[in-house]
Amino acid sequence: MHDVMFITGTRKGIGRFLVDHYLERGYRVHGCSRGEMEDPPDGYTHHVADVTDGAAMHRALTGTARSEGSLDILVNNAGIASMNHALLTPASTVREVFSTNVFGLVQTSIDAAKIMTQHKWGRIVNFATVATPLRLEGESAYAASKAAVVSYTEILARELATFGITVNAVGPTPVATDLIRGVPAEKLSALLSRQAIPRLGEPADVANVIDFFIADASAFVTGQTVYLGGVV
Amino acid sequence: MRDRVQVLVREAVNDLNDELEYDGLRDPTEETVIFDGSAGVDSLSLVSLIVSLEAACEAEFGVEVSLADERAMSRHRSPFRTVGSLIELILERLEANA
Repeated sequence: MHDVMFITGTRKGIGRFLVDHYLERGYRVHGCSRGEMEDPPDGYTHHVADVTDGAAMHRALTGTARSEGSLDILVNNAGIASMNHALLTPASTVREVFSTNVFGLVQTSIDAAKIMTQHKWGRIVNFATVATPLRLEGESAYAASKAAVVSYTEILARELATFGITVNAVGPTPVATDLIRGVPAEKLSALLSRQAIPRLGEPADVANVIDFFIADASAFVTGQTVYLGGVV
Repeated sequence: MRDRVQVLVREAVNDLNDELEYDGLRDPTEETVIFDGSAGVDSLSLVSLIVSLEAACEAEFGVEVSLADERAMSRHRSPFRTVGSLIELILERLEANA
C-alpha cells in the first residue's frame, strides 16, 4: 500500500481540505506550512517549514520517510499569488512569487524524488492554474510562475519515469480561499465566464483530480496538466 | 572514516549490480570504472547510484551531502569515473560539511 503522503501548505485553503480528505481515505498524511497548524486533526503530522527554506524542507521530508518507512506521494500545494497590473508589480514581488511557486516546488520535488527512487515508486502532484492558459490580465507573475511549474512537471515526468515516479499537475479554477480574497466581484465573474463551466471550483473538485493521479492504476499517466472547469 | 565510506560505496555499487543484473562492477576495487563514456554504467544508473549514496551518507554520518552539484559535474577529471575517485569526492564533501 502506497499511503505515505506529504502535502505542502496545509494550514488553510485547499491544503487544509486535502489533509482531511486523505486522512479519511486511510493515508498517513504529513504536511507543512510556515506556521503551526491550529487544531491539527488526529493522525496528521505537521512540520513547521517554509517551502523556500531548503534545509527545513529536507528535514521535514526525510523525517517523514524515516518515521513512516517511506514517502510515496508529494502534493506541492503551497503557493502564493500576486494580482496587479504588470507595471505595478515590482520585481521583488515577482521574485517572491517565483521563490515559493517555482524554486520551493523544485527543491521539494527533488528531495522527495530522491527518497522515492529508493522504493521505485512515487507520485508527485503539482499545482498549476487556469490563469496560465486563460492569459489572465493582472496575474502576470502568478501565471508565469505556474507556466514554469507546468514545464517543469512535463520534463520531470520524463526524467523520473524510469524510477517508477509519475509527475502531474492539476490546474484549478478560482476556489473560494484566501488566495482570491482580494479579487473584485466583477473581475471574478468575468473570469468565470471564460470557463466552459462558469462556477467557482470546490476543494473537492481539486481532490478528485489528485485522487486519479495518485492511484496505483495511474502508473501510465504522467507529465499531464488537467485544468478544471473546462479550461484548455 | 575512509573505511566507512569505502564500505558504503562498495555496498551501493553491489546493490546497483544486483538491480541491473550486470556483473561489470562485481567485487569492485578502487580502480573499477563506474562511469566513463563507453565503459561502466549508463547515465541513469549513475543518477541512481549518486542518489542512493547521498542517502547512505546521510544515514551513516548524519549530514546532508550533495555529490552531484555543478562543481563536481564540471571537473576536468570526473569524480564519478572510478570507485576510488568517488570515495575521494565523498570524503571531500563530508569534510566540507563537518
